[in-house]
Order: sequence, then C-alpha cells, then structure tokens
Amino acid sequence: MTDRATTFASVEALIEPFNAKGVELGESTTFAGDLEWDSLTVMDFVASIEDEFDIVITMNQQAEIETVGQLVDAVEESKA
Amino acid sequence: MNVTTEQAIVPETEEPQAADLFDKFAPLIQERDNLLATGVRDPFAIVMDEVKSPTEAVIDGKDTILLGTYNYMGMTFDPDVIAAGKEALEKFGAGTTGSRVLNGTYQGHKACEEALKDFYGMDHAMVFSTGYQANLGIVSTLAGKGDYVILDADSHASIYDGCFLGNADIVRFRHNNAENLEKRLAKLPPGAGKLVVLEGVYSMLGDIAPLDVMVPIAKKYGAMILVDEAHSMGFFGEHGRGVAEAQGVLDQVDFIIGTFSKSVGTVGGFCVSNHPKTDFLRLVCRPYTFTASLPPSVVATATTSIRKLMHAGNKRAHLWENSKRLHQGLRDLGFTLATDEPESAILAVLLPDQEKAVRMWQALLELGLYVNMARPPATPAGVYLLRCSLCAEHSAEQVEQILGMFEAAGKATGSIPQ
Repeated sequence: MTDRATTFASVEALIEPFNAKGVELGESTTFAGDLEWDSLTVMDFVASIEDEFDIVITMNQQAEIETVGQLVDAVEESKA
Repeated sequence: MNVTTEQAIVPETEEPQAADLFDKFAPLIQERDNLLATGVRDPFAIVMDEVKSPTEAVIDGKDTILLGTYNYMGMTFDPDVIAAGKEALEKFGAGTTGSRVLNGTYQGHKACEEALKDFYGMDHAMVFSTGYQANLGIVSTLAGKGDYVILDADSHASIYDGCFLGNADIVRFRHNNAENLEKRLAKLPPGAGKLVVLEGVYSMLGDIAPLDVMVPIAKKYGAMILVDEAHSMGFFGEHGRGVAEAQGVLDQVDFIIGTFSKSVGTVGGFCVSNHPKTDFLRLVCRPYTFTASLPPSVVATATTSIRKLMHAGNKRAHLWENSKRLHQGLRDLGFTLATDEPESAILAVLLPDQEKAVRMWQALLELGLYVNMARPPATPAGVYLLRCSLCAEHSAEQVEQILGMFEAAGKATGSIPQ
C-alpha cells in the first residue's frame, strides 16, 4: 500500500466507531452530509485523528475539510 | 430603457426564489416540536413571577426552591449590596448611555475595579458589561493572526466565540487532559504566540481543572495563560479567588476572567492581571469599547459584594457542607452523578436521554424544585443532565427537602428504583 492508502485505511478505522448509520466510506463521503455528524461528534473524531497521527488539526483547517479524501490529504500534509 | 434580458421580463408577480434563512434550523425545530407535543413543559421558558430570596421564587403560582441559579454565595438580597445599589441609582441615574472609553466610566466603575484589584491582589482590572463579553474581548484581542489559542474541548461558548471573533489558529485538547494539552503544545511552532485558555470549574458537569498540572505545562511552552474562574470565584481558595488560588498556581496565571453574575450576585464581567500593558487593552478590545458600560447601580452592588466576599469564610464553609450533603444524598438514592466526589457547588445528575431528563425535570418542578435541564451542545455529546447548583444560603433543612423531592420525582418517573 502507498502511504496515502495506509493513511486512508487508518482514517477509515477511526471513523467506524462514529459511523452509527454504517455508511460506506469513499474519498468523497462527506462528514456533515453523508455521515450526518454534528459539531460534537466532529470534535471527538478530530481528537482521535490528532492522537492517532500525532498531529494538530486546527479548527480553522477543520472548517475547510468536508470529505474523507480531504481529511486524508490534510493528515498526509501534517505528517510531512 | 429597453427591457431585453430574460431576467427582466419575468412577470413581477412571481416571488424570487431565495433560500429560507430558517431552513438550517429545521431539524432542531422538529425535535423541539416533538418534545413539546408529548405534553411536557418547555424547560427553556420558565418565568419567575416573584423572587423571595436567593433560594426561593414563585413559578406559576407555586413556591419553588431554587437549585438552578449561579447565586452561589447568596449575595443578591444582601442588605448592604441593595443599599449601595439604591444610593448609586439615586445619585448617578439609571444608566451611563455610553462606552467605558467615552462617557461611560464613572467613579463607581473605577471603585469596582479597585475592589477587584484588592480581591485578587493584582495590579490591573478591567470591568466589562458581561462575563460573556470579557471572554469574547480578551481572547479575540490577545490572539491575532499567526497566534494560537489552545483551549479545552469543553470550553464555554464565550471562549469559543472569542476564538471565532479573532483571527488566531484554534487548537483543542481533550477535556481536562494535561497530557493531551502538552502533546498539542509540542506540535506548534515554538516561536508563535500562544494563549492557553482554561476554566477553574466546568459549568455543566461541575468538575474542576487540574490547573496545578496544566499551568506549568503551558508555561514550559512559553504560552500566556487565561483562566476563567466564573464558577469558582467566591468559594475556592483561602481568599475566594478561585481554583488557581486553591491549587497554588495563581501567580503563574496571566489573566483571570470572571463575572459578577454568579457569586457576586449582579451582572458584569472582568479581567484581572499583573501584566503591565493590561490597561492598553481598553483601547483595542472591541467588546469592551463598542458597548455601553454597566449602570451605576450595578457596579455599586458589585463593589459592595466583592468586598464582602473577601471575608466570607463561614459562607464558603456552609456551601461546601451543602454540596457534600446533596452529593452523598443523591448517590444514596441511586442517582448517577457526573463526578465521584463533590468538586464544586455544581452537581450534575446524569440521565440517559432527553425525554427522561425532561420528565424528571418537570416532576421536580411540580414538587416545587427548580433545577437546570441541559443537553448537547451545551453538554458533551450524548450527555443529558439536570444541573443542581447550590447556594450558601440554602439551609441544611432545605437540602433535606430537596433530597425528598428528588426521591419522589425519581420514583415517579422511574429514574431510580421504587
């Protein structure tokens, strides 16, 4: 697997506990629309991403991230 | 003028199709309608017809014990406080009609700032019109573009709103988790300006922050530290200065934010600090500058109350007794509380969902007890609670009465076993 694919798989695994509706995940799955997450769920989820990859995702960055693919890109960028 | 474009020849009677600005609230409106359709009272629309004392009011014609106010030290009806307010009202009028930086600073506002400086033993004090504005103003003004605000995920709305009003980058750490705070700080650019924002007591669960651990961590990374002591002023620490004093780290805190609408018993907000440039903030802090100052009667009541709170050791002791007794009593009845021990004057009774919480809340009200019903996003995700906040003026008998009402309401609604 490429680095990005590995990251994608890890992000997928971290989404699962919050994926109450069992939505199938892809690059373009949206957090607000498809997963129907509210702001508090996003907050808990982002904390788990930050801890897993040992990175910081500011709330300003979060505002720009709408899809799973964009999140994976942001994680990749922060790890670099 | 020739009308030739397609748009222009649309018949005038047809209304333009702009989105309904209320559409975004549709799910919440639906949820609220569903809840009220079950016949429960609206927990967010209580009216107090009479207020008899810091602990008693009349709601819907019924005498009700108040266990959901921020009147921790019971100062609202203190005779000296009331006398000071009346005198100022008569001597200085009903309001200032102006900003603190123009015509809205009277002798009373300065006297109030002097009282705060004495209370905290600090060099500078700024009085705002509300506690919300104090956080909004200080957080947004101190942290600008390129700076970082590092805040607890469970921070009060006024702190979040201060972040949104400013241009800084916002980083959250897990609630009360010192290790998580350090992890985030370690990832930030060492040279960037940093403001770590903490609260002494978190108002929903009534838990306190490990400031004695967190403050030194923040200092290690060169951050400035702001601690909101809204729910702790008056009864934590030897002088009532808050959790930072109680835990011995007040001297390392750069800014204390507080309010007059809790232990002080009126309304208003403040920032105290030893930073030599604090007073300059008056000119650049928009929520301080662009609003009317507090009425003279309000600052006079606040001043008197703050000075009395310096010597309120007996009241503090009684408030702690009340908190311990109620915590133990509620646990003995079988309720689940947010904290294993009583950590503050706030005790949160956890309930499994909104419907159960509202039914319990209503049963208590019908028995003559008012508590706060709280739900996300004011509380953490999935947490529905009845927040009980004690007052130093609750008598030991009232606390026993309160426990009796909790027992009756809990059994009637099935929240505790029969």
